[in-house]
Amino acid sequence: MTPVRGGLLRIVRAGALTTVQDAGRPGWAHLGVGRAGALDAPAARLANRLLGNPPGAALLETTVTGCAVRPDRTVVAVVGGAGCRVTVDGRPVAWGAPVRVPAGAVLDVGPALDGVRGYLAFAGGLEPEPVLGSRSADLLSGLGPAPLSDGDTLPLGEPADGPPQGPTPWPGAPAELVLPLHLGPRHAWFTAAALRTLTTAAYRVSPHSNRIGLRTEGPALERARDGELPSEGMVLGAVQVPPDGRPVVFLNDHPTTGGYPVVGVVPETALAGAAQAVPGTRVRFSVRA
Amino acid sequence: MRLEDDGQGGTQAREVRVLPAGAHALLVELADGDHAEAFHAELLRRRERGALPGVRDIVPGARTVLLDGIDGIDGIEDRGGRTTAARDRLARELVSWTLPPPRREVRDAVEIPVVYDGPDLAEVAALWGVGADEVPALHSRTAFRVAFCGFAPGFGYLTGLPERLHVPRRTTPRTRVPAGALALAGPYTGVYPRPSPGGWQLIGRMVDPAAALWDPGREPAALLGPGTRVRFVASRASVPVPRTETRS
Repeated sequence: MTPVRGGLLRIVRAGALTTVQDAGRPGWAHLGVGRAGALDAPAARLANRLLGNPPGAALLETTVTGCAVRPDRTVVAVVGGAGCRVTVDGRPVAWGAPVRVPAGAVLDVGPALDGVRGYLAFAGGLEPEPVLGSRSADLLSGLGPAPLSDGDTLPLGEPADGPPQGPTPWPGAPAELVLPLHLGPRHAWFTAAALRTLTTAAYRVSPHSNRIGLRTEGPALERARDGELPSEGMVLGAVQVPPDGRPVVFLNDHPTTGGYPVVGVVPETALAGAAQAVPGTRVRFSVRA
Repeated sequence: MRLEDDGQGGTQAREVRVLPAGAHALLVELADGDHAEAFHAELLRRRERGALPGVRDIVPGARTVLLDGIDGIDGIEDRGGRTTAARDRLARELVSWTLPPPRREVRDAVEIPVVYDGPDLAEVAALWGVGADEVPALHSRTAFRVAFCGFAPGFGYLTGLPERLHVPRRTTPRTRVPAGALALAGPYTGVYPRPSPGGWQLIGRMVDPAAALWDPGREPAALLGPGTRVRFVASRASVPVPRTETRS
């Protein structure tokens, strides 16, 4: 192992699910390797930008309950994504702006008050060993650093000289998740009534959603034909309909191939909202030409 | 799209369907696995010579090839997903391609030594209507090809078994299949790159540890990437040796 020059970050409280994420590992789907990467990509990029990091520097993605960390050298950090309270050694500090964390102090990212996924970025980024060019944890394939546990440590990168950029508005969690949808490739597997249902019915975000997919609760989509497809490639944002008929929106850790029909595809730009929509949020699919 | 006559009985042009998969991807559906193989090979040839710009992922399926990340959109924001010009241009172009028939050479086949002693060997033999001692010869004389990957990094779906040797999945999946297990399901043969749950019929195991199947630090990371020819070599010497499944 190479000597660590940038210091170490110790995980004091890992929370429900905290993972290392960056811009992911696109381009390996043909080998069965998924994209991974921060689910709310704009929030992750913004946190990095506020620190002068490259937009794809590795950071922590928290889930609902936040986390707490202790660096062994003084670092500048930004907490973004889901809104929450932030403290350093118990004293309240700013959310969504650069914060100085002295060596040995505990930076605590509180439970999400708004949204689901929080991002904790450090000037210089995190530098666990990359796998296929990415430091992202992929929870489906197990590639990249494992989800963090209390007591784990991560190497910190050396801060760049790039000038931090000024504050930018953070979008809040969506009160209603509107997902634009390009029909296809397999919308012909569903009845016309099912396609009407998809765009008019009240779906809600299921609590069983995860980094693999946003699951929905609502009326089942009726198939025009039975059976499974021979396995075919799946894209990020694909809305796959498993046998129970409830659409699943594929997020970053989705499988690269699958056999259930994909009724349509949500553009990547709309998936940040899916990353932050809390269970129970109303979901509306809006078909685009 | 036309498939050229291979001079061995006249392969004729078959229909191809080009389906949109979002603003930046196309799912190309071919008539069958052979046509998908020919199309996939053509895509790789074109990419090799720089004639396929702006396609990030070429992902073969059972009888499809997914072209994803068209127009160099590489994890970067698109414009609300409405920029479909590059996708539509490629969709129009590829239907006019002429495909040479797939070459069937086996000289470059990856050889994988295996021991045919899996827990489902007797059941597979019964489904095949042969004795368990005949399974190794029937399986290992097959020229396999990796049709596509999925399920896990480095897991290849190998085709080549004739239809009479296709078997159903187990009715009850196993919660843990060891790394290196050699397995059958439907038309496919596969080798598990790492321990995982699995519903395929286990007929044997790799002689060497399974690490060689998948090594992200190696180029290529997957031993069994799409298009790779594969032969399984029955390792007689090890047949009576006790199973080593529990090794981690």
